[in-house]
Amino acid sequence: MTVIALRNATKRFPGTGGQPHTAVRDLTFEVAAGEFVAVVGPTGCGKSTTLSLVSGLEPASSGEVEVDGAPVRGIPDGVGYMFQADAVMPWRSVIDNVAAGPRYRGLSKAEARTRAMVWVERVGLGPFAGYYPHQLSGGMRKRVALAQTLVNEPRILLMDEPFSALDVQTRQLMQDELLRLWQGTGAAVIFVTHDLEEAIALADRVVVMTSSPATVKAIFDVPLQRPRQVEEIRMTPEFVATYREIWESLRDEVARARQEVSRVG
Amino acid sequence: MSAELTAAPAVSIPTTKKTIHRRTRLWSVRLVFVVVWLGSWELAATHWIDPFFYSKPSAIGERLAGWFTTGTAFGSVWTQLLVTLEEAVLGFVIGAVAGVVLGILLGRARFVAEVAAPFIKAANAVPRIVLASLFIIWFGLGLTSKVATAVVLVFFAVFFNAFQGAREVDRNLVDNARILGASRRQVLTSIVVPSATSWIFASLHAAFGFALIGAVVGEYAGADKGLGLLIANAQGTFDAAGIYAGMIIITVVALLAEWLLTLLENRLLRWRPPVRTSGEQRA
Ligand SMILES: Nc1ncnc2c1ncn2[C@@H]1O[C@H](COP(=O)(O)OP(=O)(O)OP(=O)(O)O)[C@@H](O)[C@H]1O
Ligand SMILES: [Mg+2]
Repeated sequence: MTVIALRNATKRFPGTGGQPHTAVRDLTFEVAAGEFVAVVGPTGCGKSTTLSLVSGLEPASSGEVEVDGAPVRGIPDGVGYMFQADAVMPWRSVIDNVAAGPRYRGLSKAEARTRAMVWVERVGLGPFAGYYPHQLSGGMRKRVALAQTLVNEPRILLMDEPFSALDVQTRQLMQDELLRLWQGTGAAVIFVTHDLEEAIALADRVVVMTSSPATVKAIFDVPLQRPRQVEEIRMTPEFVATYREIWESLRDEVARARQEVSRVG
Repeated sequence: MSAELTAAPAVSIPTTKKTIHRRTRLWSVRLVFVVVWLGSWELAATHWIDPFFYSKPSAIGERLAGWFTTGTAFGSVWTQLLVTLEEAVLGFVIGAVAGVVLGILLGRARFVAEVAAPFIKAANAVPRIVLASLFIIWFGLGLTSKVATAVVLVFFAVFFNAFQGAREVDRNLVDNARILGASRRQVLTSIVVPSATSWIFASLHAAFGFALIGAVVGEYAGADKGLGLLIANAQGTFDAAGIYAGMIIITVVALLAEWLLTLLENRLLRWRPPVRTSGEQRA
């Protein structure tokens, strides 16, 4: 069943000097319930913008964005969105940050905290529950954000480079943890990353975007069994073959983006 | 699971021998400075300059002692102090509450803020201290006119900071809260107000000083009680020592209030990393 659908979705921002700046154009792809889709593309091409369209934080300039078969107007029900930038509340301790969602949705303080504590422990921050964000490392703050998002049990999970600030070991741990937590929830996931290995290891399909203004260049199926162990799967021949195939497509876009940057800057 | 939480470790400065030594030296230098300053003033006023105009530390001390033992020309000095305090505290509370509420609301309402911008700019450019005289005509010599002066001074100081604080709220935080399920009201109370708190506190420090100035200037312009009246009376009788004595009392009150506010701020803003913020204000 299709949960997220983009049809020729285009987003233009008011640019400098009156000329509208097209961030993404003619995006078309779908995500089904229980499906994990990774989005890769060169930096600045419009990946975050794509997520903001699905989340309802930004309206599309033209084309259609649908969630659960209805056009997106405002934030759809059941959306969880982990931002690329830090978005934890500095004045709340770890546990109260994680409890924010349940509190907003009407749970009592005690209930919300009980629920939050489960997630604080799942992301490995149990001993730091009473700490304020400024007392945590950047990677720990990312994990707070992850727990904050997952505690709401979203049916639609949007993640914008959630693990890019983590060290390699923690990242693998979190990737495995994410797969474990997501499996069987039936949530539709769009996972933005600049790390192609991560995209293949996690996703059922990988969407490759062109350089700015982005559109969908190609969509690849990932022929890997689930459940997966992220570190083991990287060595398999299927993984390597898939990586080669997708990189072939992505490489041109990265090169083009680089040329454009050097031309502009 | 219980709601028992690990308390975040308090950030404390280790008091080693070296820091104690440093602190002792700091305070001794300060003490020497005060002694030299007051000593040279006393000496100069005794031998070279006219103490009638410039007074001298011993005369000021005598005046203060006199006020606190036998009282002033208008009764007990405590009565004067309490009257001024009452006016200042009332003015501070009313002005601060109005400033915070209006500042935050206007800070979040783009259109209204744009409509109001030129009027606010104009109101801020008015020399507000002059309003003290107008308020005496409107409200008479009693409490109300002094409170009104204090309110006007406090309001603008707090208003601008609350307004700015509400505008500078991190877009990401607001978006994140909305995604997590916050209603407009919840965004206001859980994101906007806490974000603006450091801004507001930066202004509150200066604002109590303004409240005192407002009360004293109001009394100075016309009153039958208060520290401002003592100072006005001292001026009328060419009593320089009396002016200084009044100044000292007001300074001590302002320092005490500042200390209380800092305590409250440290309690409310525990989450902040240990750095200093500063707010520039003008009267
Ligand atoms: N609010 C906005 N106003 C104007 N332009 C914007 C806005 N948000 C994004 N853009 C522009 O849209 C383009 C795509 O931005 P976006 O953040 O979606 O890129 P991205 O693919 O997520 O990049 P990265 O990989 O670096 O995170 C950029 O050129 C950016 O300048
Ligand atoms: Mg991005």
